[in-house]
Amino acid sequence: MADELIKPEKFFLNRFGMTESALDLILGTALERKADYADLYFEYRNAEALALEDSIVNHTSKSVSQGVGVRVCAEDRTGYAYSDEVTVDTMRLAAETARAIAQETGRSIAPVHVGAIVKRHNLYELESTPLDVPVEARARLLSEIDTVARAYDPRVKKVMASFAAEQKVVMIVTSEGKIAADVQPLCRLSVTVIAEDGHNRQVGTYGGGGRVEWRYFLEGEKWREYAREAARQAIVNLDAVDAPAGEMVVVLGHGWPGILLHEAIGHGLEGDFNRKGVSAFSGRIGQRVASELCTVIDDGTIRNRRGSLNIDDEGTPTGRTVLIEKGILRGYMQDRLNARLMKMEPTGNGRRESFAHAPMPRMTNTFMLSGESTPEDVIKSVRNGLYAVSFGGGQVDITNGKFVFSASEAYLIEDGRVTRPVKGATLIGNGPDVLTRVTMVANDMHLDPGIGTCGKDGQSVPVGVGLPTIRIDGITVGGTRA
Amino acid sequence: MAEMDLALAQWALDEAKRCGATAAEVLMVGAESLSARVRLGETEKLKSSRERRLGLRAFVEHRSATSSTAEIERDSLAAFIAETVKLARLTAPDPWSGLPDPALHPSRLPDLGLADDEHGIIGAQKALELARASEYAALKSDNRIKNSEGAEFDSGRYHVMFANSQGFAGEYSGTSYSLSAMPIAQDDSGMQVGYWYTANRMFDRLEPAESIGATAAKRALRRLGARKVETTRAPVIFDPDMAAGLIRSLAGAASGTSLYKSASFLVGRLGHRVASTNVTIVDDGTMPSGLGSKPFDGEGLATNRKNLVENGVLKTYLLDSYSARRLGLAPTGNASRSVGAPPGVSPTNLYLEPGPYTPERIIGSVKRGLYVTEMIGFGVNAVTGDYSRGASGMWIEDGELAYPVQEITIAGNLKDMFMSIEMIGNDLVWRSSVVSPTVKIAEMTIAGA
Repeated sequence: MADELIKPEKFFLNRFGMTESALDLILGTALERKADYADLYFEYRNAEALALEDSIVNHTSKSVSQGVGVRVCAEDRTGYAYSDEVTVDTMRLAAETARAIAQETGRSIAPVHVGAIVKRHNLYELESTPLDVPVEARARLLSEIDTVARAYDPRVKKVMASFAAEQKVVMIVTSEGKIAADVQPLCRLSVTVIAEDGHNRQVGTYGGGGRVEWRYFLEGEKWREYAREAARQAIVNLDAVDAPAGEMVVVLGHGWPGILLHEAIGHGLEGDFNRKGVSAFSGRIGQRVASELCTVIDDGTIRNRRGSLNIDDEGTPTGRTVLIEKGILRGYMQDRLNARLMKMEPTGNGRRESFAHAPMPRMTNTFMLSGESTPEDVIKSVRNGLYAVSFGGGQVDITNGKFVFSASEAYLIEDGRVTRPVKGATLIGNGPDVLTRVTMVANDMHLDPGIGTCGKDGQSVPVGVGLPTIRIDGITVGGTRA
Repeated sequence: MAEMDLALAQWALDEAKRCGATAAEVLMVGAESLSARVRLGETEKLKSSRERRLGLRAFVEHRSATSSTAEIERDSLAAFIAETVKLARLTAPDPWSGLPDPALHPSRLPDLGLADDEHGIIGAQKALELARASEYAALKSDNRIKNSEGAEFDSGRYHVMFANSQGFAGEYSGTSYSLSAMPIAQDDSGMQVGYWYTANRMFDRLEPAESIGATAAKRALRRLGARKVETTRAPVIFDPDMAAGLIRSLAGAASGTSLYKSASFLVGRLGHRVASTNVTIVDDGTMPSGLGSKPFDGEGLATNRKNLVENGVLKTYLLDSYSARRLGLAPTGNASRSVGAPPGVSPTNLYLEPGPYTPERIIGSVKRGLYVTEMIGFGVNAVTGDYSRGASGMWIEDGELAYPVQEITIAGNLKDMFMSIEMIGNDLVWRSSVVSPTVKIAEMTIAGA
């Protein structure tokens, strides 16, 4: 095992010939004006991807990126400068640029000598990195996926499969003298299938992954399930009829439909929006925002999950935050800056896409706890409605609380039975009240297979969601059949 | 520290050949930027960046691999190049892969005026001033503008260098400037955000900061008190920014990459009617100072001006040389390339040709319908053309904007929507690389209460 896997704190010092006293010097430069806090974020990322189409693995790619970001905070102001050249000189220059937001001269805090190492969780210690697997083995698996998907049904006409793996080493050095570092593996296997029946052409997509090793995909032949699921979804959609339009009862299947929580309430509970008072949830802690069947958690500490981290991108160990407890709004997700300004504790949700970005409050794995109904009872309870089991992306307008998420596999429910598949449609609702309409929660909470990526302010980060089967009494379904 | 120049590119190409590559291509991009954000009059964030990356695409006959790195010292580059060639050998041969036909490389490159050398990167003080001026204009415009998500001024400069092993080499520089404001209006009905922006390659051609703030405020204010409407079918008018999204969806479906995968509702539609006869959509990579202009595309082929759709007929696809070979066509100068990925396809400057009508006239033509000004979500299925997105805007009664609406969706199929474009506005403004005037679609399903 490479040394950086054991002591990531040493990795950057060795790689760039950096010493702890050089770090002191740079943080000292950053804090030469009146500022509250400064930190350095080092990143070294190795990524590889492999893709198959038309039954051959014809695309491979590889990238190496590295850089350092210097941040200075003074009250609610942030200065950020980054460079992909990591030397003492470029970092001092970046520190001088970043401190420009602190106008007044004179120190407000004295930088502490760098040295105290932050203890991190150990959520994804791997025997080998996902990059260690021979390209040939990865290519072989993609070919087998192609075979399985095509064998599912003769109407499967195109299969696209890809495997992406990365390993990121990060180190955060703070003006409080702390060093936090981590090695973060991440991989994802994705399958897209196009099925054709005459002029009718439909798509199906499935996949999974996490902070896992290669063998994760082989255990229980998960790759085979991904291939079959993508093919099944495309074939089901060949028979889909126009989706209904208007407000109706909707049952969401378990797992990935948890994207509802991410859009409807998750973003609205991020600290930055609430500090600024621009969220539809601003000032509502302690109030009822959901039916008492709903308890919603954001948890960055679940082993091997895509949305999990040992430490967040500011060096704070991740945690488990109760957002909604039996319908009552309990907490926000915080980074350091917003926690300090709101006089709350950081929750380990300070995340960033890369060294090219300043951190902000972001979700990790966001899910609803199981209830007591059975999924069968939930379906049976509906006379006329929609049963949505798979979704594409979603989005929210934080300020007015309106959110959407788009179903990619859905069925009509007629007289308590799941009947015909309907075409994909966007569902739209109001974040602060959609969960008050949840009238049944099943006992089958499931996390998504590990495919989620969240975008905010131009930054993408991997996230997870989870949901039990739930019944919502009234949400607008955006089909074409008025 | 190593310099990034065409000599380094040539060295990398030679090195790739030495490792056994039969052809190769090097793309190098250096970029710097400064962005300044203010909120409620105070500096909120200053961000400054410097980046440079080298991308390599190596071929061993018909096998290929793409790689990118920020480590451009020759020692580490040499190892990186060797690994890339090794990776290419492990890839399956793909008969369509390869560099473009060398005869298609231009011998002279046009100067498209992409860089504002006079202004370059705008300093922090000036950038903050502009952001502050636009936010202030919003805040003072109405006492219901009570909060703000801030205003931001960004400037960036980049330099692109490209060379391949069949003798093409070229480079160009560009700048871009943008200013945006996001004020928040509030009354008893709740809060609404408004967004407006200006963007240009030339600093002096940005719209005035005050007008950006004032427009953003108006857009926030008119959303106050928005309600749902009953589910219905009715005419839908897309404002210019929303209409640009429709044009972008059509260009995506017309891209060779989607077509050869059969992942497009335009498969087999070349030369056929795909829109109503008043629709002409132009892709022009050579517009002087255009935000989407470039002297050569991502494979070193000349960019050009062409009609994607002419009087409703799909005249061309948008192709790089790989998708062109697969479809038995010639590349169209639309290869896009980011440092770390193989070429893809994208439009350059894409616009719907303006029609004869003022936006007021178009709104006036609708008895009962929707004027869409904001949309959320990704509910566009490129394979089938099925379209279902969250919308907000103004409800039209008897030809007048009557009241704001929200929490509704609009749905249809892009194939039908383009065929039923009834009116096109005369209000084309360039503030992005993909733009459109106001567009009226005869009828869509609006889902609400």
